[in-house]
Parts: sequence; C-alpha cells; structure tokens
Amino acid sequence: MTVSEENADQEPVAQQVSAFLERRREQIAQRWADAALFRTVFTVSRDEAVEAGRAVAAALAAVAASGRLEDIRASGFEAVRDQLGRMAASRARTGLDPDGVAREVAALREPATEVLRAEFPDPHSPEAQECVVALTVLLGTLRLVVLETTVSAGEEVIARQREQLHEVATPVIKLWESTVAVPLIGTLDSARSQVVMESLLDAIVAERARYAILDITGVPTVDSLVAQHLMKTVAAARLMGAECIVSGIRPAIAQTIVHLGIDLGTVLTRASLADALAYALSRQGVAIGPVPAADAGAR
Amino acid sequence: MTGAGGNGPAGYGHPVAGAAGGHAFTVPVLKLGDILLVTLQGELHDGMAEQLQQDITDRIAHTRVTGVVIDISGVEIVDSFLGRVLAEIAAGAELLAARTVLAGMRPAVAITLVELGLTLPGLLTALDVERAMEMLTAGERQGEGSP
Repeated sequence: MTVSEENADQEPVAQQVSAFLERRREQIAQRWADAALFRTVFTVSRDEAVEAGRAVAAALAAVAASGRLEDIRASGFEAVRDQLGRMAASRARTGLDPDGVAREVAALREPATEVLRAEFPDPHSPEAQECVVALTVLLGTLRLVVLETTVSAGEEVIARQREQLHEVATPVIKLWESTVAVPLIGTLDSARSQVVMESLLDAIVAERARYAILDITGVPTVDSLVAQHLMKTVAAARLMGAECIVSGIRPAIAQTIVHLGIDLGTVLTRASLADALAYALSRQGVAIGPVPAADAGAR
Repeated sequence: MTGAGGNGPAGYGHPVAGAAGGHAFTVPVLKLGDILLVTLQGELHDGMAEQLQQDITDRIAHTRVTGVVIDISGVEIVDSFLGRVLAEIAAGAELLAARTVLAGMRPAVAITLVELGLTLPGLLTALDVERAMEMLTAGERQGEGSP
C-alpha cells in the first residue's frame, strides 16, 4: 500500500479520522484493552486498560484534528506522553526490548482499522482507503512517540545514575586521628577528580587531618591526564596543610607511569594503603604492635 | 556619602593613597614570643599586600623572631599576585632565618590556586593557626622524615 494522498486532501481526511476516533473511542478502547500492550501493562483491572485506551484514542483524535499526522511533537500527544512512557517502561522492565515494544504498539493498528473499515458501506471505496491510510500514518507516529519517550526516559536514568555514581564513588574515610583516606575506584576524569578534590579538602577541614591518603588501587589505568589530576589534588591538600600520600600503585601502572615519563617526584607514594597508613601513623608517633599477653588473657 | 565614597575607590587604585588614606586598612602584625602572627581578612588589595611584605620583613629584621604565621582563613580570594607576594614573604623571611607558615587556607581557595598552577612550593602550610604554632615551636618541618 503506498501513501498516495496529497497534502491538499490530507486535511479533510485527517478531520474525518479525528471525527471517527472521537465517535468510536469507546469501541476502539475496548478492543485495545485486549491487545498485548494494554493487557500486559494493566493486569489488575480491565477497566483501567480501557480507560488508558480511551485516553490514547482521545489524544490521537486531537492530533488528527490538528492535521499533523506525522509530527511526533504534535501537542495532542503531550496529554498521553507520560502514560505512554510509563507503559513502555513497564513493558521494558519485563524484559521486552524496544523492538518488542514497537511491535506491540504496531499491533494496535489492526483493531482500529477494522473498526474504521466497518464504518464504510464499501470498505474498498477510495474514500475508505484514504481514511485507513491516514489512520495507519497516525498510528505509525504513535509508535515513534512511544519509542522516543522510552529512549529519553533511558537517557534521564543514565544521567541520574552518573550523578549518583559521582557521589557514591568518592567516600572520604577517617582511618585514624588526623588521617583520612579516599579509595578511588573507576576511571578518573576531570569531573570526578574535581569531586574527589572538593570532598577530600572538606574532609581535611572537618577531621582536622594532617595526612590524606589517595588510594588508587581501583583505578584501572593511569595516563598523563589522570596523573595530572592526582598531582593537583595532592598540591591542593598540601596548601590546606595536610600531607598527601598516594598508595595502591600496581606494578603495571608504575611501569606505565615510568614509560610515559610522568614525574611524580613531588608526590609521596606507598605501595599499599596499609603502608601509607603505617607511614602516617609513624609520623604521628603512633605505634601499633601485638597486645601484651596479660591483656589478651584478661579479655 | 561623597567623602566615604570617594575614599574607597581611591584606596583601591593607588597603594599610596590607601596607605595614607587610613591606618585602619593596614594589616596588624602581632608578635607572640618568637613568632609573628599576621591575620589577613577579606580582600587584600595589591598595595596592602606590598605594604604587608615590607612590614613583615622589617619586623623580622628588627626583632628576634624565628617564625611567621600568616592566617588566611578569612580570605576568600587569593589571586596570582597575592600568591606571589606570599611566596616572596616566605623567601624573604627565610633569608632572615625565620620560617613562614601559611595557615587556614579554605578548600575553595586551595582549588583555585591549584587550577591557576600556583602550588606555592617551598611554602610551609598548616590547617589552622594552632597547628602552625605547633609546627614552628616543635621545630618540625613538613615533608622531612622525623618520628
């Protein structure tokens, strides 16, 4: 079937489709309630599914009335955009991929066109065909709207999670009196190193820390940019009056740093977090040893 | 209004006018035993910073002090000029056998300085004045191994 209608014709046809959707809203909603998309989302009550179907049909009627059959930004869709997003999200949660969701939305076309065909005394008349084509175009647009909503919802989730990751991934831990540590996990980019620097400096003030340990055991790779971020953090901590120790440099990373010719000469480094803590403690005159036998017995 | 309003801008632009315009603007340099304590507050203009550098160097030369503590906890903006003046004060004091400790830098100031590339190497730093005094009286030096 080819879309052969011309723009001049589209207007009255679109109005016709709009009037049809208004008139037969209830009937279409009832049919849609049995379609896979509505049936699986509104499992609790059929009335709810019918209600949702009615809302979608009303929105389609509004879009058709405005004549913008192929415009996914048509204002008529706004009313149901949220609802469609929720439905698509609920289908996605059950493990359906976007392709599946699209197919389910496409399945809404058949019941609606059937109702439309029944409207005409002769379903094969050119007029009937034109209306069916217009409705098909409209439902194709609906499919795009659903997919677009799904994708933008996914993007929102990603943005929110990225933000959460920034907060979660940079805890500052107090290891001892005047000693704080930041275990860095994951790739260090400019945004993250900024967050690390800020939270570390705030912790230095809050804990009155003299020693700050940056543990990079969880940093997969160190390139010149990451090294630069580290050195900046170390320099800022020093300006606050705290001594910064970088620990957890794995052998492979140590070699990479040497190969790249990065000079970490100004930065105090230790092999492991334990070594760094031992250094900080010894500088504070704290010694940790085995508990004397008498005390151990008393416990 | 005209008198007060006229004084301010003149003080900003011309160091000489600022110094002459009011002694309320000069930074007090306190002597506590062997240590000079300088507390900077608010914005420090270029003229005042130069005046301060001169004051501190004079005081070290004429009195017997072994250390200088510059408290910048009340300073919200340190620009490259002030950063350089602070480094110069430290270098001058070093020549006169006194050690300078920069105390109480705010996190935001530290980040700005680092972003500007001013890491102030060779300058001793402390979290606050108390720590700075401790550091100078204990004769401990940052970055050197001591138990």
